[in-house]
Amino acid sequence: MEDLTELYQEIILSHHRNPRHDEVLDPCSHQASGFNPLCGDRLVVTVRKQDATLDAVACHCEGCAISRASGSIMTTMTTGKSEAEVAETIAHVKQLLTAEEDPQADLDSEGELAALVGVRKFPARIKCATLAWHALESALVEGDAEATTE
Amino acid sequence: MAGTTVATNTKAMSFPDHSKLRADFPILGREVQGKPLVYLDNAATTQKPRAVIDRVAEFLGSENANIHRGVHYLSMQATDAYDRARARVARFLNAEKAAEIVFVRGATEAINLVASSFAAPMLGDGDEILVTVMEHHANIVPWQLAGANKGVRLVPVPMSDAGVLDVAAYEEMLSERTRLVAITHVSNVLGTVNPVVEMTRMAQARGIPVLVDGAQAVAHLPVDVQEIGCDFYVFSGHKLFGPDGIGVLYGREDRLAAMAPYQGGGDMIELVSFERSTFRGPPERFEAGTPNISGAIGLAAAIDYLDGLGWEFLADQDRLLFEHARKVLSEVPGLRICGGEDGGGKISAVSFTMDAAHPHDVGTILDASGIAVRAGHHCAQPLMERLGVPSTVRASFAFYNTPEEIDQLVEGLAEVNRLFAL
Repeated sequence: MEDLTELYQEIILSHHRNPRHDEVLDPCSHQASGFNPLCGDRLVVTVRKQDATLDAVACHCEGCAISRASGSIMTTMTTGKSEAEVAETIAHVKQLLTAEEDPQADLDSEGELAALVGVRKFPARIKCATLAWHALESALVEGDAEATTE
Repeated sequence: MAGTTVATNTKAMSFPDHSKLRADFPILGREVQGKPLVYLDNAATTQKPRAVIDRVAEFLGSENANIHRGVHYLSMQATDAYDRARARVARFLNAEKAAEIVFVRGATEAINLVASSFAAPMLGDGDEILVTVMEHHANIVPWQLAGANKGVRLVPVPMSDAGVLDVAAYEEMLSERTRLVAITHVSNVLGTVNPVVEMTRMAQARGIPVLVDGAQAVAHLPVDVQEIGCDFYVFSGHKLFGPDGIGVLYGREDRLAAMAPYQGGGDMIELVSFERSTFRGPPERFEAGTPNISGAIGLAAAIDYLDGLGWEFLADQDRLLFEHARKVLSEVPGLRICGGEDGGGKISAVSFTMDAAHPHDVGTILDASGIAVRAGHHCAQPLMERLGVPSTVRASFAFYNTPEEIDQLVEGLAEVNRLFAL
């Protein structure tokens, strides 16, 4: 039960109930959809990039609380950031959520990302937390793509 | 008897003492996440009684040999045991002959076998195969593969919001273009028991062959393939308290006799030369290579075990658990049962969504209490679309479940509402 309250802490539930930037940007410069065939979670990540800056990032997600919250947190962390900064953030998030060793990082400095780390105790749910980030990566690398968890 | 309707025994029933029965299933005594296991994922696979585990171990430990191979003692004994398992399954389904039973890996392979050896050679441009909107992917995709690039259409029979097939519409849909009807006996999502006797009769009146997918039926209903009258009936051993990797294709004698081999190899041949080979008759023609001998023997042990409990008892248990589940689940705030309020004509599984949380979240929260359910699309994506949901939570039952376990499920769902502050 402790693990559960760590997973579904207030920050996650708040993003789940009220996802930030919950839309599909039209027009957009980059787009990717994410799909988890196991549970049916679907999301669309759209980006407006000018020069090397992500002026707008949106994530529209039909899925569980974890995938919705993660996508929402992602939009708040990447909007207005440079492409290089975003690439670094994506790599950092993947490391934080999926690295074999428990992250020794100072969670106090992770901001809202720290709330996602609770997913590490639920291996079946890690893909929910990484789906939006994979989709954003695909959007930036390939321009128009689909990311799946499989 | 044939499982067109759920047993409607009206005499007063009460739940029996489960402790002895549950002791037959070693896994039911274990803990998960520090809590006693509450296993409500029986539509995915059932647990195995000691009788099956011991029989398989006994065969592997002291009887193992290949079949149809040797003049030596063990091989002859193993061949006998395998043949007896086939005869046991034939009796279980009330097939006329043991030769109508083909051992395969599971229901999925059985359908693929029929799609490949029976359907594909006869399908052509404009042909239709009727399925239902509630089919498992295993009763959709093999037909698509069989009809690929031939202009063959899969036509789904619709259902009502209560999850009941529209049989009148089905009868209208049967036409001279219909080459095959492939329908599930019991829905793996809704628990609907379909009127397979009536539907088979309607198709055969027009000369159309019928395959019935019994994967979700055999653990819950006594099945009589002669009464259903179907050409093919398929099921998986692991959903019948038997081992995985063993399944059954029942095919009426005349149908199997007219079908080409599915795979080539040992055991299915008469004579082989580099110019040509000739094949054995059914059922061996469809069992290339060394089969799952221990699986077939374990499946027969599972059937013996169930027979020992008695099908009236099993059907009563199923009905009591299902009715209890429908009742207590419908009282959970914000919970919607798929297939509406009407539980009539359904057994074995209840699918639902919750206003407070996504099925995936519900599954995780229940798991933390040791409660195993399935969350997802249940390999029935077209049905999810029909229900208007991306996925559901499914609690599915077996006779060893108890009403107390269903009450624990309800407590777990209260925890979902609490965590998500509904």
